[in-house]
Amino acid sequence: MNRLSPFNVISLTFGFAFLYLPMLILVIYSFNKSKLVTVWAGFSTKWYGELLSNDAFLDAAWVTLKVAVISSSIATVLGTMAAYTLVRGGRFFGRTLFSGMIYAPLVMPEVITGLSLLLLFIGVGMDRGVMTIVLAHTTFSMCFVSVVVSSRLATFDRSLEEAALDLGASPFEAFRLITLPIIAPAVVSGWLLAFTLSLDDLVIASFATGPSATTLPMKIWSSVRLGVSPEINALSSILIGLVASGVIIASLISKRHSVRIQQEERAAGRFENN
Amino acid sequence: MRRFVLIAVPYLWLLALFLVPFVIVFKIALSDAALAIPPYMPTMKDGLSAMFSQLDFENFVFLTEDDLYWKAYLSSLRIAFISTVLTLLFGYPIAYAMARAPHEWRATLMMLIILPFWTSFLIRVYAWIGILSTEGLLNRFLFWIGAISEPLTILNTSTAVYIGIVYTYIPFMILPIYAALERLDASLIEAAEDLGCSRMKAFWLITIPLSKGGIVAGCFLVFIPALGEFVIPSLLGGSGTLMIGKVLFEEFFSNRDWPVASAVAVILLLILIVPIILFQRNEQRQQEAEG
Repeated sequence: MNRLSPFNVISLTFGFAFLYLPMLILVIYSFNKSKLVTVWAGFSTKWYGELLSNDAFLDAAWVTLKVAVISSSIATVLGTMAAYTLVRGGRFFGRTLFSGMIYAPLVMPEVITGLSLLLLFIGVGMDRGVMTIVLAHTTFSMCFVSVVVSSRLATFDRSLEEAALDLGASPFEAFRLITLPIIAPAVVSGWLLAFTLSLDDLVIASFATGPSATTLPMKIWSSVRLGVSPEINALSSILIGLVASGVIIASLISKRHSVRIQQEERAAGRFENN
Repeated sequence: MRRFVLIAVPYLWLLALFLVPFVIVFKIALSDAALAIPPYMPTMKDGLSAMFSQLDFENFVFLTEDDLYWKAYLSSLRIAFISTVLTLLFGYPIAYAMARAPHEWRATLMMLIILPFWTSFLIRVYAWIGILSTEGLLNRFLFWIGAISEPLTILNTSTAVYIGIVYTYIPFMILPIYAALERLDASLIEAAEDLGCSRMKAFWLITIPLSKGGIVAGCFLVFIPALGEFVIPSLLGGSGTLMIGKVLFEEFFSNRDWPVASAVAVILLLILIVPIILFQRNEQRQQEAEG
């Protein structure tokens, strides 16, 4: 099975070229001197300079960052609670509705989620701005967190928790000392996912916000609608760079972590078998 | 007590910010334009019975009368369907090659597939504008190699929308198929070949059926979000490409017709329920098969 045919090599090469070339081109052309985005006129970093002196973009970036940090943190807490409830909570009133509400936002078109939240915010007379975007983002990203965390909770060895309870730990202590450290990588990736989703969201934020708050995607959107602009290329390259380094660091950390967990579990298994 | 709080907090959050908003959308879809402009609350404050006694299907009738909406729904379905097929055709060979790659490459290949998903969706779609436009890189490249003598119009057509959807959603197709192919027992194919099956035949008779779960999951993961897509048709499709997500957005922000926008949303939701239920069935069946 581990033999790549020429056809496999071709599909991999073309596949990854297709995935990465457009972004590579974007990054290359962000260093283009010319305002015309498709004509190469020499190397220059002037668009980065213009970007950094553009207050509207910086303000939007700040709003976006604020929203992303707050909403992903709340979403991580709520999503972990929801995951724990779904996997360990047993039966309770309205469990089916609850799990439905966790999974539905994952497949819901953004336009519908956004529209419904806007109608709610107007209905209760809430001033729209940073606060309402945070509420909107928390709501859909907690569902993603909960899916990530519950898949980890479902696979881990429950006897560890039970052992802690048998040895006199309270359920909360057992959660804090046993469960949480084990599911921590999933919680962290849940937070990262929520953070990225929030950074990335255009549609729901456009519905949920008012004139007082503009997020970066909304700002990008309004300039991109007028066509390609070298400043947006520069901004995109910065974002691509940040994400790429973030993901690479995170995957290195999680790889090390999973190797350690495996070693520990193997050691524990050996102990049990003796 | 702790258990109660643990359940109640996320539960109430979702009730207030997910379920209640949907009830409002349904309610507004069924109310008069005059009542549904911002002070639509009075009609809701009259209580539930008053709310339901005033139901009005006018907005839905309006949707059936104006053929813009029919065309938008049909064209969304068509675009979502064609792009799903294209994504499958391009995604399957990649997933297949990944599953055949040496073990030590696989984690890296997986990461390379997931990585674009972490970068901004908007930026990934935007990247294609510079490539597909009439003076864009693709045209210049084709002109340079002599394949064309006049620039192709790709941007602002449905072709650009297909490219955009395939590009942004292909990881969703590759991952479930790869997961299914990776589990596939290679000895089954060897057995088939030993018994005289050609490689091609073994592929059709064994590999494809055994990766069916992944194919179905991938198709739904592309089709469902593509149906309500807004960013891709707006940036790449131009004014000629009708998709319902775009119509809804414009109905709401440009025409400010909230009841009609809500009715559009309700129907989109009803259309989506079928593939969503089928998708969940497929997932359950796969889980049962594993367990």
